[in-house]
Amino acid sequence: MTWSETTVKERVRAFLAAHDPSAMDRLDFLRARFDAGLAWVHFPEGLGGLGAPRDLQSVVEGELRGTPDNRPSRIGIGLGMAAPTILGFGTEEQKRRFLRPLWTGEEVWCQLFSEPGAGSDLATLATRAVRDGDEWVVDGQKVWTSSAHTARWAILVARTDPDVPKHRGLTYFVCDMEAPGVEVRPLRQITGEAEFNEVFLTGVRLPDSLRLGAVGDGWRVAQTTLMNERVAIGGTPGRHTMIGTVCETWRARPELRTHDLHQRLLRLWVDAEVLRLTGARLREQLAVGRPGPEGSGMKLSFARLHQELSGLEVELLGEDGLAYDDWAFRRPETVDFVGREAGYRYLRAKGNSIEGGTSEILRTIIAERVLGLPAEPRADKDIPWKDLPR
Amino acid sequence: MTTPPVSLLYTEVEEELRAAVRSLLADACPHSAVLARIESATPYDGDVWKALARDIGAAGLLVPEELGGAGASAREAAVVLEELGRAVAPVPFLTSAVLATHALLAARTAGGGEMADDLLERLASGEITAALAVSFAASPYRPAGGEVTFEPGDGSDGSDGGGEVVVSGRVTGVAGADVADVLLVHARVPGMDASALIAVGTREQGVQITPVTSLDLTRPVAMVSLGSARGRVVARGEGPDGADLVASIMRDALAFGAGLLASEQLGLAEWCLTTTVEYVKERKQFARPVGSFQALKHRLADLWLEIGGARAAARNAAGALAAGDLPGGASGDSGASVAVAVAQAHCGDVAVHAAEECVQLHGGIGMTWEHPAHLYLKRAKADQIAFGTPGEHRNALARLVDVPAPLGEPISRT
Repeated sequence: MTWSETTVKERVRAFLAAHDPSAMDRLDFLRARFDAGLAWVHFPEGLGGLGAPRDLQSVVEGELRGTPDNRPSRIGIGLGMAAPTILGFGTEEQKRRFLRPLWTGEEVWCQLFSEPGAGSDLATLATRAVRDGDEWVVDGQKVWTSSAHTARWAILVARTDPDVPKHRGLTYFVCDMEAPGVEVRPLRQITGEAEFNEVFLTGVRLPDSLRLGAVGDGWRVAQTTLMNERVAIGGTPGRHTMIGTVCETWRARPELRTHDLHQRLLRLWVDAEVLRLTGARLREQLAVGRPGPEGSGMKLSFARLHQELSGLEVELLGEDGLAYDDWAFRRPETVDFVGREAGYRYLRAKGNSIEGGTSEILRTIIAERVLGLPAEPRADKDIPWKDLPR
Repeated sequence: MTTPPVSLLYTEVEEELRAAVRSLLADACPHSAVLARIESATPYDGDVWKALARDIGAAGLLVPEELGGAGASAREAAVVLEELGRAVAPVPFLTSAVLATHALLAARTAGGGEMADDLLERLASGEITAALAVSFAASPYRPAGGEVTFEPGDGSDGSDGGGEVVVSGRVTGVAGADVADVLLVHARVPGMDASALIAVGTREQGVQITPVTSLDLTRPVAMVSLGSARGRVVARGEGPDGADLVASIMRDALAFGAGLLASEQLGLAEWCLTTTVEYVKERKQFARPVGSFQALKHRLADLWLEIGGARAAARNAAGALAAGDLPGGASGDSGASVAVAVAQAHCGDVAVHAAEECVQLHGGIGMTWEHPAHLYLKRAKADQIAFGTPGEHRNALARLVDVPAPLGEPISRT
């Protein structure tokens, strides 16, 4: 059937009539919501969706406002990256097993991609997966893994053939984070806390049924994940509200104002507004089914804006900018740009141009894929991975 | 589902209009023709302007249908401006069909009567071209024109619309004046606050238009001198808010012009990016296309990002102006005032950046007279000044969005 705003609203109302959130356990409510196809409407029926256009999801969210949610900021990697990849490449059995508890938040997911020796050049990664009958044996080290300490599952890219050029020898797996040989250690970062982890994989045995996509096709599968990661990072509405925080301070504390800061703040206000409009235009394009290439630029622009704004904020605060709220070594579940103070925002924003593709890599991607400029000559083409200098 | 109040996309009708303008300019206004014309006595291209007026109805785009125009909005005018900017076309669309036309439309709304209607009809048909006699460097926040006064002419006291008056004074830096048949002059009664908008034919005795050797060769400015020139009153009196009507007409016209200029700047910047990308793909040094060097790729990626923002900001301003969200000008704080200020604060600098990158990344050829890059650089730099610099628009935002300036005096600590 063809879904419209009206029919989706009817569906939500019928669901709410049969499931009173105030009289139900939170998790039961979420499971029922998934089963009613109201988790992510653009997913197929039976997998939490209705096969409806993606923009109708906002209708569902609007109708269900105030009901228990799946705390999306806690399970962002599952929702934003694992789910679209499982949907795109998983077997029917994998989709049925993983998507429901992923969406309800019963099972947290993390991402085992980056390695100490493979950052921007992810395809050079060295974690090995060797076939042993119906199983794979995985050895290696991953890094920058958020949620690894709470995760039940991970999406994992590993090298299954070192004798072919780097992009061709990779395979994509779901990794059982409770399997023997998985060790998670916190990685303390410049803010003092540890959002991320290092993950050591030593003789981890994964059944072949946890493979996602064909052997050797891991790079293509990973592209789906990475594209969704950048959309998730760049497209989150409301992230530009850091300008709101700085302007509040500006209005409340006239004694801090200088002419230089005023001019710089006005420039950043314009930048933030232009970025907001760019995002609004992008969403309009998506809504009419004509996504523009502008999406690949949003993350880049957000990173620059956040860094400049948070830097200006610390400077504006003067003596208060000399203080820092808390260096304690904690394990936060989410990045809290709003709840913490300027020094934290300044330091955490440094990651915005590194995580999910550095700004330098993103500029190269825009130049080559959007503008069509020729690639740099490459030193690693057609050379087996095992012969590459590392 | 929430629909944004202003769509930032282009409609099918707008895309058709774009295609028509682009195709006309490709035939009639190639760079070779523009280059050949700019040092002649007639830098504005009357033939291209006539074709735009006749074939596309560009001259009367904003004029209501009952006066022979197309009854279109700022959104459509913005699309035409994108294409004119892309071709750096030397035609008086912005000065006549946007700026002067907007002033006449405002005069009409305020009860301007037959005079405004008659001028609008003749503008729409392409019979005449007009210019608002105001410096191209004036802004909605600083609309001061020249020092022009008027007094009653023969057989009239000049108090009614259409009344004949005699105008004297001087306005400098007027764009599109030397191609105009009619000047719309903001003149004051000597010694009084009251002012009037007066139409003066450029062939009248006492009217002298002196072209200035201009930075922008494709839109030169001129000095307008009026020595007891005869004119007719188009509008005067008080507006609905009790303030001087013509002063607010001038402010609104400048704000309208500023908002739409952003679309010209967008088109101009897009040409510079596209042309530069094509060039660096072809140009080889060190045995590879120079466009394969990361230093250049990253600069072009940054420029592409800026232009994406310019498109959103320019569309937003055009949409807000089309929604009739002005007047506002210097005193108002409507949504359109913010949209205009944001668009100009961003697009003015983006166009200059794009043109500067175009010259630099073309290397030596970009510095020659033969290559069109300089036409774009000169237009972009002049546009940056037109209707308020980016800095003026940012300072206006300080008031519009409440980011106040530092306190003027040191705070007393007693």
